[in-house]
Amino acid sequence: MAMDANARVNRRGFLKGAAAGAAGAAALTVPSVAPVDAETQLPDQGRLAFTPEQAAQTLAPETAPLPDEPDVMTVADPGSDFMVDVLKKLDFEYIIANPASSFRGLHESFINYGGNKSPEWLTCAHEQAAVNIANGYYAVAGKPMAVLTFAPSGLHHAMMGIFGAFSAHTPTYILVANILDGKERRPAFDWGPHSVVDPADAVRDMVKWDDTPLSLQHFAESAVRAYKMAMTEPRGPVVLVVDATLQENATGDRSKLHIPRLTLTSPPAGDPGAVAEVAKLLVAAESPLIIAGDVARNEDGMRLLVELAETLQAPVVGGGRGMPNQHPLSGGGNVRTADVILALNDDGLYGRLNRYRDQQVRSSTPLTKPDAKVISISSYDLSVKGNYQTVERFQEVSMSIAGDPQATLPSLIEACKKLITPDRRRAMDERGKRLATASAEALERARVECTYGWDSSPITLQRLALEVWDVIRDKDWASVGGGANRLWNVDKFYRTMGAVNGGGIGGSLSISIGAALAHKKHGRFCVRFQPDGDMLYVNSALWTATHHRIPMLFVMQNNRAYHQEVMHLQRMANRRQRGMTLAHAGLTGSTISDPNIDFAQMARSMGAYAEGPISNPKDLRPALLRAVERVEKGEVALLDTLTQPR
Amino acid sequence: MRLGLLLLIAAVVIAAELPLRGQAAAPAAPAGNVESGKKLFVERACWQCHGLAAQGGGIAGPRLAGRVPAWPAFSRYVRRPTEEMIPYPPKTLSDSELADIYAWLRAIPAPPAVSSIPQLNRK
Repeated sequence: MAMDANARVNRRGFLKGAAAGAAGAAALTVPSVAPVDAETQLPDQGRLAFTPEQAAQTLAPETAPLPDEPDVMTVADPGSDFMVDVLKKLDFEYIIANPASSFRGLHESFINYGGNKSPEWLTCAHEQAAVNIANGYYAVAGKPMAVLTFAPSGLHHAMMGIFGAFSAHTPTYILVANILDGKERRPAFDWGPHSVVDPADAVRDMVKWDDTPLSLQHFAESAVRAYKMAMTEPRGPVVLVVDATLQENATGDRSKLHIPRLTLTSPPAGDPGAVAEVAKLLVAAESPLIIAGDVARNEDGMRLLVELAETLQAPVVGGGRGMPNQHPLSGGGNVRTADVILALNDDGLYGRLNRYRDQQVRSSTPLTKPDAKVISISSYDLSVKGNYQTVERFQEVSMSIAGDPQATLPSLIEACKKLITPDRRRAMDERGKRLATASAEALERARVECTYGWDSSPITLQRLALEVWDVIRDKDWASVGGGANRLWNVDKFYRTMGAVNGGGIGGSLSISIGAALAHKKHGRFCVRFQPDGDMLYVNSALWTATHHRIPMLFVMQNNRAYHQEVMHLQRMANRRQRGMTLAHAGLTGSTISDPNIDFAQMARSMGAYAEGPISNPKDLRPALLRAVERVEKGEVALLDTLTQPR
Repeated sequence: MRLGLLLLIAAVVIAAELPLRGQAAAPAAPAGNVESGKKLFVERACWQCHGLAAQGGGIAGPRLAGRVPAWPAFSRYVRRPTEEMIPYPPKTLSDSELADIYAWLRAIPAPPAVSSIPQLNRK
């Protein structure tokens, strides 16, 4: 253990200094503990209250050699400095945490040693918000944010965010501080609240990998491995337990430590032979349909998905940010008439291909034609977890290829192009024209749909979406969650987020803040439609947004209820033929009223600009213009708008 | 999942608008009270899925305003929906109450024209 020799202070030294300093100031009758010349002192002994013998006796316990117990007060090279060096090499832009003593070593190192840059420290008031902010950040930035928390409480608070990361394949990087060595735990503080035998066990079923390094070299290797594993398709969250003693003890000989180079694993592409078979089926199909989940990781992924659709003139359902929503091939097609269905990273395929009815007796029937060929290309087949399941019922398919769609699309597109004869080209182009016409008609119908209830109060969700669109359409905008309408022109990859999940209601607010943070350096105008129920879970995340100057516009979808649950209750009551009673009873347990919550006041209390409640649709536009002006100045703005539930 | 739901909604609308097979002429709807129907639409929670103006358009119930099915299909569907809709048995919603709701749905005035709403016309 290396220590600063000048900083060594033991009890003897302390006493020497203290006594010397006090000698001139206090009426001490005890001689100085400085070396005493007994001979020269003897003539003056009449001034002393003690004889030299008595003084020596008194001093003996204070000057005797101490037991061999190191009393180290400082350290020059704490282990947490090395840990910061390791994490800096992983190129984190941000690390987010709610402060906790178990990682006080790392916290101090990030700020003082690391200079609070790359990563920059973000302060959060709840660990669930911290993880979800990281989840949202990844959904835009495409790389992980580090989260720092502690065992057990912080990790337990974080758990829903981790579950969200798991279910959306988000590679959030979670450091969990723990005090493994019992003799290092402070009595009364650290045994229960800050120490767990195996902290990662609490989340092991919902993370891709975890480790508990017991040395700094082990930490360096596992930190790099964790990043690599998180980012390998299919991606997922990882946990690294960071021992507090390892953080606070000295590093020792740095020359013996090595930080491994990070080399990310390229995503797996589908088997070439199988891809060639898929191309044959797609090119020969009369009514092909592409069903796409979260396919694109970047603009290139979007370009590839569009290229496949245009090559085949095949409609694309879903596709998220990988498919421009107003592309003529976007949103058309029908699983009932399709003869070849290509599913890309779709873990909800069963729900798309079957009609499921939530009546008293649940039933499910296939929607597809009996002879339809269903092909799956998915990296999710490589997921290996069993306890927390994100799959739906097992969907029979004709071909299943384990592989990352974006990595597979280039070879699939090329294979298709080689097989397309002039006859097939003509047939495909005719199909494309029909789909383009249908798409244009659908867009016009969407416009007409918005007129119904246009002046209703509470405000319809369609009008709310259109009013917001009208004030942002000419900006470089990005939706960071909810509410965007078919009439919004989602023409770029970054306009919407990728698959992201907060692990249930309560995560979306934080996710949107993380996403807006990732957009900030690009100067994009971020808007979030914010449900009231979700806002009430971890609304302190708003403070993180204002504190860190993350400009964004929140437009509330405030229906003063957990409306989804309202509808479930209505279903139960009707099924039991008690619906009327339930309606008259005011839907006890699923409404958020009496008193109504003043979300504008809540937002103002955390430093945001806010207006509302707004119930008259005619008041929307001026309020939106005022809020937009604030956001463009770098502020957080919130409009509490009272809306209809659906 | 959203796609599946939208398909279901579309199916609901299509199914509800189909005439009954083999039926020469749909029986006329019983007379209903428009004002009562407007209240019942809220009280019996129809609005929860279809919206206060029966505008639909969300992820739950389809629009009913401006395209109410013929009474036989409408009444049959409410009692025994073939898709996801919450069934309304007579004990929950009587025939006369259903007729009132039907009358209100038929009486909803046409919405403003697309051309009259600037937000829907800016390119």
